Amino acid sequence: MKMTKSKPLAFVTSIVLMMTLLAGCGGGGNAAEGDTGTAGSTSKKTTLTLMVGNTGTTLEALKAVAAEAEKKLNIAIEFDIKPDGGEGDNLVKTRLATGDMDDLLVYNTGSLFLALNPEEHFMDVTNEPFMANVLDSFKTVVTSNGKVYGAPVGSTNAGGILYNKKVYADLGLSVPKTWDEFMANNEKIKAAGKTAVLASYKDTWTSQLFVLADFYNVKAQVPNFATDYTANKVKYATTPAALRGFEKIEEVYKKGYMNKDFLATTYDVALKMLATGEGVHYPMLSSGLDTIMANTPDQIDDIGFFAQPSDSADINGLTIWMPSGLYINKDTKNADAAKKWLDYFVSSEGQAVFASKVKAAGPYVIKGATLPDDSYGAVKDMQHYFDEGHTAPALEFVSPVKGPNLENITVAVGSGISTGKKGAEDYDKDVEKQAQQLNLPGW
Amino acid sequence: MTKTKMRTYSYFFLLPAGIIYFVFYLLPTILSFFFSMTRWTLTKWTYIGFENYATFFSETSLSIGFRNTLVYAVVTCGLKVVLGLLLGAFLTSRILFKNYLRSVIFFPTLLSTIAVGIAFSTMMHPSHGMFNTVLASLGITGPDWLGNTKIALLSVAMVDVWKGVGVATVIYIAGISAIPQEYYEALKIDGGNNYSAFWNITLPLSRPAMNSVIILAFIGGLRSFDLIWAMTKGGPGFTTDLIASIIYKQYQAGFYGLATAGNVILFIAVSVLAFPLYKFLTKSEVNL
Repeated sequence: MKMTKSKPLAFVTSIVLMMTLLAGCGGGGNAAEGDTGTAGSTSKKTTLTLMVGNTGTTLEALKAVAAEAEKKLNIAIEFDIKPDGGEGDNLVKTRLATGDMDDLLVYNTGSLFLALNPEEHFMDVTNEPFMANVLDSFKTVVTSNGKVYGAPVGSTNAGGILYNKKVYADLGLSVPKTWDEFMANNEKIKAAGKTAVLASYKDTWTSQLFVLADFYNVKAQVPNFATDYTANKVKYATTPAALRGFEKIEEVYKKGYMNKDFLATTYDVALKMLATGEGVHYPMLSSGLDTIMANTPDQIDDIGFFAQPSDSADINGLTIWMPSGLYINKDTKNADAAKKWLDYFVSSEGQAVFASKVKAAGPYVIKGATLPDDSYGAVKDMQHYFDEGHTAPALEFVSPVKGPNLENITVAVGSGISTGKKGAEDYDKDVEKQAQQLNLPGW
Repeated sequence: MTKTKMRTYSYFFLLPAGIIYFVFYLLPTILSFFFSMTRWTLTKWTYIGFENYATFFSETSLSIGFRNTLVYAVVTCGLKVVLGLLLGAFLTSRILFKNYLRSVIFFPTLLSTIAVGIAFSTMMHPSHGMFNTVLASLGITGPDWLGNTKIALLSVAMVDVWKGVGVATVIYIAGISAIPQEYYEALKIDGGNNYSAFWNITLPLSRPAMNSVIILAFIGGLRSFDLIWAMTKGGPGFTTDLIASIIYKQYQAGFYGLATAGNVILFIAVSVLAFPLYKFLTKSEVNL
């Protein structure tokens, strides 16, 4: 008798327990929503959240723009800082998939952007008036299925060799036009007791530059490489011009031109060694200049820049990286405020504030924004390539296919674990997965 | 009816825990088997059969990953079992500062693995790190702990042992303390010394504790990830990749279906190794 009575009692008790648990979970969420609600209604100020990476000076510059915009538009920005590189990609993808993305996002353009399923997550800004001032060369790298999704953050960027002009003058060297001249310079620098080529493999992404910045040279020899590559018709390992990038890493390693402890050296340390003249060449993006300016401003004028040399003196040009994009979350509740903020950001006024904090690492992609006279000397070194028309966008901006493991493969090649040929073969295998995930035809 | 009357509490009391277990443990496990056969973007999926498994097994770094995972598990597990036993026997004997020493041994376990990893990778820097600075002052040129492809994995394994031996020691202490004093008294009457007490009483009778340590350390080693990620990220190149870090890199790249397939494989690999080991160990256990 007693037991039969206890059955409904137990059932009720268990339900109550469940409800308590659920209420506990739900309570937190409700409270948080309530908070933002009251904050918004009392001050009438709109607050947008913006996710941005922590490398370089972009964050500082965006903060300056945000402070000005807050005065002008009464829209405040709350920054949500993410890591860069693979960890950051992971975070962004997860936050997008779980519907937990901030109102605004600063993220790569080109292949990495396309890997995010833009149509599903970002607001189409093709017909927004503020996009009228953005150059088409940029629009193509934030376009998916004919719709434009992002505004440019900062200037373009070139991949090549940052070098120490002072050491060049001391040793009587001249800027190399071919790979052989480059290696000859390396030999002289090594003989002078300095590090010829800096490598910073502790930050694995920095190991890819010899491959990625070689793309101008690849394109000059195999004009259709990007389209054929996307269609799975050509491979790195079987295209001699493309394979050279991997071989260049191997050659530099085999000659012993790299710094001691290169596996434990970071990006910042390598830039410091370049600035002091301890190291003379650093295959890097021109945005590294900003870090030199921040850490060792006195040496900034000693740094020059030249394009990654090819095997022929006739082929000499720059591989260009497009700036990051600023995207609006499709599900944002503050769409109007977000558009207003972008409008201000792209305006000449907003761009001036941005440029006051971060100097250009290459030409801008907004109409009317020209390189100021006080640009870095190394950036001025780049100008003649642009004037002569000797530039090409990096492969990641003309093909959606980019393997996630390139940086590990180039570290393996650059530290003698693997060879250039083997590295290229591994990379060809690596990109297969990305192409299949994107459902590209031909894979 | 009669059965219900025999029980004091109703099965309905199990419902809250049961639902939570089902929703957060059983359901994801079942779903992961399904998603491992799809190409998945977290919002959309297409069924592709066993293609992910084929891709995962053709991964160049996978053979390195499998070998490293085994080496890592065996080395960390072996050292924890031996060092833990010695420390456990030492810390249950009559010594000064016993409690203090016990907490010193256990202390690293309380630290965050990531913090330990970062601290040790700084100390292992080939020229500015603490280890090689000390070695240099003794006139020895230290190796590149994390850069040398031959020893990088072992360097990480040593840090794992430093951090994890505390747990093993505590389990041994509990096991050794449970051995009745009478055995030792009998041994003393028979004229045995400390050495024979360890070999003939402590060692065989702490077998249950040892089995727990072996199983825990071995499974822990097989699915280890955080320390290797904090110290080498699987590098240089792919030389210290474990199965778990290969899976994580695929997840990072957005290959969710492929990463899930990797997890299913890891699950099967751990089960295949751990269950027979457990069976074998429990069979040969001595009862007190």
